[in-house]
This record gives sequence, C-alpha cells and structure tokens, in this order.
Amino acid sequence: MTARKWDKVATTVLYLISIFIIFVLAFLLLYILISGLPHVSWHFITGRSSSFEAGGGIGVQLFNSIYLLVLAMIISVPLSLGAGIYLSEYAPKNWVTSLIRNAIEVLSSLPSVVVGLFGFLVFSINFKFGFSILSGALALTVFNLPLLTRKVEDSLQAIHYTQREAGYALGLSRWETVIHVVVPAALPGIITGMILGMGRIFGEAAALIYTAGQSSPPLDFSNWNPMYIASPLNPMRSAETLAVHIWKINSEGIIPDATQVSAASSAVLVLFVLLLNLAARYVGNRLYGRLTGVKERK
Amino acid sequence: MNNDEIRASLLKRSRASKNEIFGKVISGICITIIIGVVVSIFYFVASKGLATFFTDKVNLWKFLTGTVWNPSTNDAQGDPQVGALPMIVGSFSVTFLAAIVATPFAIGAAVFMTEISPKLGKRVLQPVIELLVGIPSVVYGFIGLSVVVPFVRRTFGGSGFGILSGTFVLFVMILPTVTSMTVDALNSVPRNYREASLALGATRWQTIYKVVLRASVSGIITAVVFGMSRAFGEALAVQMVIGNAMLLPGNLISPASTLTSVLTMGMGNSVMGSLSNNALWSLALLLLIMPLVFNILIRWIGKRGAMH
Amino acid sequence: MKKRLIALLGLTSLLVILSGCQLKQTGESITAVGSSALQPLVEAAGDRFTEDNPGQFINVQGGGSGTGLSQIQAASVEIGNSDLYAEQKSGIDPKDLVDHKVAVVGVTPVVNPEISVKNLSTDQLAKIFSGDITNWNKLGGPNQKIVVINRAQGSGTRDTFERWVMKGRSTMQAQEQDSTGMVRQIVASTPGAISYMAFPYVDKTVKTVNVDNVTPTDKNVQINKWKIWSYEHMYTNGKPTGLTAKFMTYILSDTIQDEIVGEMGYIPIKDMKVSRTLAGKVATINE
Repeated sequence: MTARKWDKVATTVLYLISIFIIFVLAFLLLYILISGLPHVSWHFITGRSSSFEAGGGIGVQLFNSIYLLVLAMIISVPLSLGAGIYLSEYAPKNWVTSLIRNAIEVLSSLPSVVVGLFGFLVFSINFKFGFSILSGALALTVFNLPLLTRKVEDSLQAIHYTQREAGYALGLSRWETVIHVVVPAALPGIITGMILGMGRIFGEAAALIYTAGQSSPPLDFSNWNPMYIASPLNPMRSAETLAVHIWKINSEGIIPDATQVSAASSAVLVLFVLLLNLAARYVGNRLYGRLTGVKERK
Repeated sequence: MNNDEIRASLLKRSRASKNEIFGKVISGICITIIIGVVVSIFYFVASKGLATFFTDKVNLWKFLTGTVWNPSTNDAQGDPQVGALPMIVGSFSVTFLAAIVATPFAIGAAVFMTEISPKLGKRVLQPVIELLVGIPSVVYGFIGLSVVVPFVRRTFGGSGFGILSGTFVLFVMILPTVTSMTVDALNSVPRNYREASLALGATRWQTIYKVVLRASVSGIITAVVFGMSRAFGEALAVQMVIGNAMLLPGNLISPASTLTSVLTMGMGNSVMGSLSNNALWSLALLLLIMPLVFNILIRWIGKRGAMH
Repeated sequence: MKKRLIALLGLTSLLVILSGCQLKQTGESITAVGSSALQPLVEAAGDRFTEDNPGQFINVQGGGSGTGLSQIQAASVEIGNSDLYAEQKSGIDPKDLVDHKVAVVGVTPVVNPEISVKNLSTDQLAKIFSGDITNWNKLGGPNQKIVVINRAQGSGTRDTFERWVMKGRSTMQAQEQDSTGMVRQIVASTPGAISYMAFPYVDKTVKTVNVDNVTPTDKNVQINKWKIWSYEHMYTNGKPTGLTAKFMTYILSDTIQDEIVGEMGYIPIKDMKVSRTLAGKVATINE
C-alpha cells in the first residue's frame, strides 16, 4: 500500500507545483495589467511620445517593435533552421560538432549588453549602418540565433528515426526527407522555439540601446518610400522600441507621468506578446495540419 | 537507347543527389554563418578583455581574487584596483541559489505536463510558461523592485536589496526556460519504457521516479545548465534588485553585485580603450568562460549519474 | 516549404545587399550621441529643429558620456554629448574637440521624505558618503540607519557631486545605480535613504536638503551660491560645419534656451551670472 500512498502524495505535490506556477504568472500578469491598463487609451497606443511633457503616446515605438521583430525573424529563422538541420542531420558526431554545440550554448548566456556593444562596434561603426533598424535587427539575430538553433535541432532530433527511414524507403534524398518529412513533423517544437524567440526579441532592451538606438526621427506615415529618411519602412533610420522606451523613461526620462506611461507600456507589451503567442500557435497548427495531414496536434 | 546514353544517365548525378548536395550546401552555409558569429564574438570579447592583462599589465591573480573594484584609482603598490572577486561571488551565489530553487519547480511542472495531465499542461501551463519568457526583464526588474524588495525588507530586515531578492527574481525568470526544456527531455523518453514499467505493476509515481526521470537525467541536466547560463547572463532585472554594492556579500540580504550588473552600469560611462573599459570587457570574458566551465563540469557529473 | 525557405533567404540577402549599398537617402541628418541626462533635451530641440527645417534630422542617442566622448573622438558621429569636460575623462585626448556648453544643471542631495533633517553642512554630507556618519540621529534626525545610494562610477552626476562635496575624500563602497530614475525610486521607497540627483529629476516623492543653509534653486546656482552644479557639454570634432553648425546655433538661440532648456528644469546658459572654468575658477559675467 505504501507505493499507492506515495503515488497519491506525489500527484498532489505535482498539482500544487503547477498551481503555484500558474499563481505566480497570474499574479505577474494581473499586476502588470491592473497597474497599466487604466492608462491605456487609443490616443496612447497611436500617439507620439513626448520628451518632457505629460500625455505622450507609444504609437511609433509599437510600430518599431513590430517592424524590428519582423526583420529580425526574417533573418534569424532561415539561418537557424538551416543550422539546426545541419547539426541534427548532417553533422558528423565528433568533438568538433560538440564544440560547436557548446559554443552556441555559451553564446546564449552572453549578457545582452555585450551583444549590444558588439553590434554597436561591428554593425553600427564598422559596417557604417549607424544607429538603425538594420543594426538592431542584426544584433537581435546574434542574440536570438543560439536559442533558435538549439530549439530547431532538439525538435528535429526528437523525430523518430523510423520517419526518416520511411522517407528514404520512398526514394527521397536525405534533404528531401528532412524538408518534407522531418521538418513538418517537428514543426510544433520549432514553432515553440520561435514563440520564445519572438517574446525575447519583443522584450529586449539592452541589445538595442546601442544598435537601433533610443530615439526615432519624427516619422512621416504618409511616405512609405523605404529610401526616405523619415519613412516608417526605412531600415536605415534609428528606432526606439517599446521595451527600450520603458527602459528609457524609467532611467533618465523627465516626463512627469513616467510611472503611468511605463506601466501602460508594459501592459501593452505583455498583451502583444500574448497576441503573438496565440497567432503563432494558430498559424503553426494550421501549417502543421496542412503539411502532415494530421488533424489535431499530438 | 544505345549504351552511351545509358552510361551517361547512370554516371550523371541524379536529381535526388543534386538535391542532396543543394541541401547540404544550404544548411552548411547557415551553420558556417553561425560559427562565424560565434567566433567573432569570442574573438571580440577576448581581444578586448585580455587587453587588461597584456596592455595594462594587470595581474590575473589579483584580478580574480582582489576585493576592491575601482579602476580609476591605484592601490598601495601602484596597480589599478580591479578586483573582481565580489562580483564573481555575487554572480555565482544568485545563479546557484536560483537554480536550486527553480529546479524542483521546473521538474514538477514538467512531469505534470507530460505524465499527469497532458491536456491541462498543453492548454494552460505551456502557454502560461511561454508568456513568462516574453515579459521583458525591465518589467521583471520593476516588479522585483516594487514587490520583492519591500517583501524581503519587511520579512528579513536590511534594505531589501541583496542576493535573496536577486534569487527570487531570477527564479521566476529562469523557470520557463528550465521547464520547457525539461518537458522536451521527458517527452523524448520512449513510450514503451513507461508501458513496460506500468506492466510490471509499478504505480505512476514509481514509473516517473524510477524510469522516466532516470532516463532523462542528461536532458534535465542540460535544461538546468541552460537555465543557469541564463541566470548568469541576466543583467537588467538583477541589477535593479541586488543593490550593486561592490562588496563581498556577507549574507543574503546585504547589497551585493554581479558581473553583469557592474558591466551594464559601467559600459556607457567609460571611454573605449581606457583601462576601466578594458576591465569591464574582462568581466565579459569571465561571463563567457564561466558557463563553459560549469557546462563541462555538469556534463561530467551527468555522465556518471545517468542510468546505465 | 522549400520554396518558402528560398524566398525567405532571397528576401534576406536582398535586404542586406540593399542596405549595404548605402543607397542615398533623401533628407539630411546628423547624429548626436552620449549622455543620457542630456538626451531628452537634445531630442526635444532636435524635434523642434526638424519642424522648422523640413528634411533635416537630428538623430539623438544616449549611451552615456563615455560613449559620447569616445565616438566624437573617433569622429564616427557629429556631436558627442557629455556631462563632463572631455579633460576629466581618462582616455580622451581633448585637443581636437570643441566644447559647446548648452546648459547648466544643479545637483542636490535628496533623502527619503520621512527623514526630517532639513539642512546639512558640506562636511556632514561628505562624512555620510565616506561612511563616517551612519545614523540619522547624529544629524538631528530619527534613530534610523543611513542607506547611501551612489551613482555608477564615471557617471557625470557622481563626478559633479564628488568634486564639490567630497573634495578628494573617497566615497565608501555602497549601493550603486546607473540611472537617476532608479535612484529616485529607491530613495522614495527605502527608509533612511540618501542620494543625489540633478534638479530636473526632483519630484514630490523625494525630499531635497539644504547644504550650508543654501536652498537648491536655479537662482542660487546662477550666482554660484549653490556650488554643486556643472555644465552640459556638446562636443564637436573640430569646428562645426553645415548642419551641425546650424543646429548648434539653433540650440543656443534664445527661443530654445527659454522654451525647452528652461522648461525642462535645466538652467539656460544666458541666465548664468557667473562662469566657472574647468579648474573651478569662478568669474562674474558682465552683461
């Protein structure tokens, strides 16, 4: 009977732990939303930020965050997908591979300020990109690649070898098997990795302070020519993202309503991450269904 | 069809093999780019970080064991005061404490999600955990400052700033990473292990404890190491709650500092190429090397502890 | 899947190539980088400048005085903002740099609002920060431990404070914060806390303290009765030309000095009744 009893106890403990984690998150979320949402208005979400008067908005910052996220993902997803495929499918199992794996792992613990300074000195100064969205996107790529690559590799590794054998048996090459069989099957894991990466990008401040910068030119939303300096799409303009904005008004901002603006910005940011999360999950499920013919995710 | 044509078609690369080469090249290019990035960052940090020892002639031993950090002034022997020991101790304390607190929670949650109630796990816990990752560290820092610090001050005394507050904040920050990686590790344990154990009459807990967890030891260890690396490198949030006093921490509730907090604070205020700047890069170099060290260490332990 | 992958790769490389080519942008811009304390001011002035001169942009970034001075020395930006004289920063060769003083800012000690102490002598203040006085009851306050909060090493505010209060004495190792916002939040919420900050950041949540019976006001700074103040510098590498020169003139114009510099809590240069050299020599300005 003791084994049974232990089983009950352990199950209860596990339930408690899970409830505790949900409680912690609920607390965090409610704390952020309750202190922030009352200050959120349409004007706040779309308005221009002010440098020293009360009543500024975060419209430009929000746009910058999204634009930067898209650019960074466009660069980092294919790269990490390719690298993950190589590590999982092609890399010989020897010390060089494991060295590479370890190096990538170590890189992911590098403080983002170091990544930011690296980006500043390399992209902004050496490549002469200046304080620009492009420098920011590249720095975010550097920051994000290790985690994504790892996640892709892990998800691919988790696919059973019989799936690959089935592919070979059908006369597919290794590459075709990977693209048509393994990657689609590993999609849920890859999507999770991408969601984690997107969340980190959206919330990252330190790596962007020195690369994408802490201010934006006054944007002209009627001019979408990417070459014009004040065009929202110009990848060479500087851009302050939402997370950087939160950091900035809290550290050296002198606007009188800094507390409210930062609370409201945090709330908007968290809501956006939530939205991204749901959207990515939905798209991921649809894609997974289309590519594998499986109706419901395992 | 004459012989030559057959010959040619046999000797020519097939479509599949061309495809194969194409794939290999594409993925090879990707990994090369990543290796390039990794190498250039290592080179970059190392070249700047080593300048402290080669250009400015700081004694490595003094750097690692000195307790006074004040690069702009010199000590009695005329050497610059760049003692990194308080920060090293601070970084290791918060990292290990956070990992010790977070590991049971992470394993518990992961087991719950994979073994007890996969449905609830998928529907509730997983999105919740992924959301936790997306909260920016600035926000964690501010919640830490307005909730954790006063709590520690009221409960344990002192100013509230210190390693304990840092541990609490880091615990919440690394929990999602460790949990989701542990979930992956548990999921990769083949199903027939569980079935075999249950068929032998083991209870669910016995199966989890004796079979599933043992079989995924190395995966769990990787998850914990990953979380520790995260904690080691986290800057903004810890910096807000740890107090940033460059003193050897005597207890858990007196202000201390970490490598990252000093690094982040000092970078903008020092001039590139000067000793104070180089010394900060040496800290960054330490940050790169340390996770490598405990990576190797824990892997070694993991190899010995894994199920045979 | 493959097509998508290739399309993505293609798009990426296209983007990189496009931007790598440095295609000429329409419009003209200069970059000012450095002191985060000066950033809001220059940013506001820059916004106004663009309104008045369409097509000309001032790109203002923070990063700290050290970054500003390093970058202007390397001439990778047009303007380097700094809270300090270039001469005060080790590793900077001030020879080629041209100093433009755009504003004056006073620094005042601040304490937690529950501390009843209203006045401190310079000597008492120095003793607090060097760790010789550790309890408020020695200074006529409540029996409460003093919690000293410092700014990060190399910060302009800390340099100003140490120069005019500590006068060569060394500060003890204490909590350090790298931004005024953090300092304000911590002083406001920590019992017995003391720190210092620039005038524009003082608000209801913290309490200022008189030093040697002088109140920290703009008026007292203008006549150097309040001694803890410093200039805000914008450095150019060599004499400014073109857009840079135009912007420097603009930021020193009376309109900007009154409507932006003054509004933000900084003290306009033209309102100063005295000037002070790097070495600390004070001279009265004759109108």
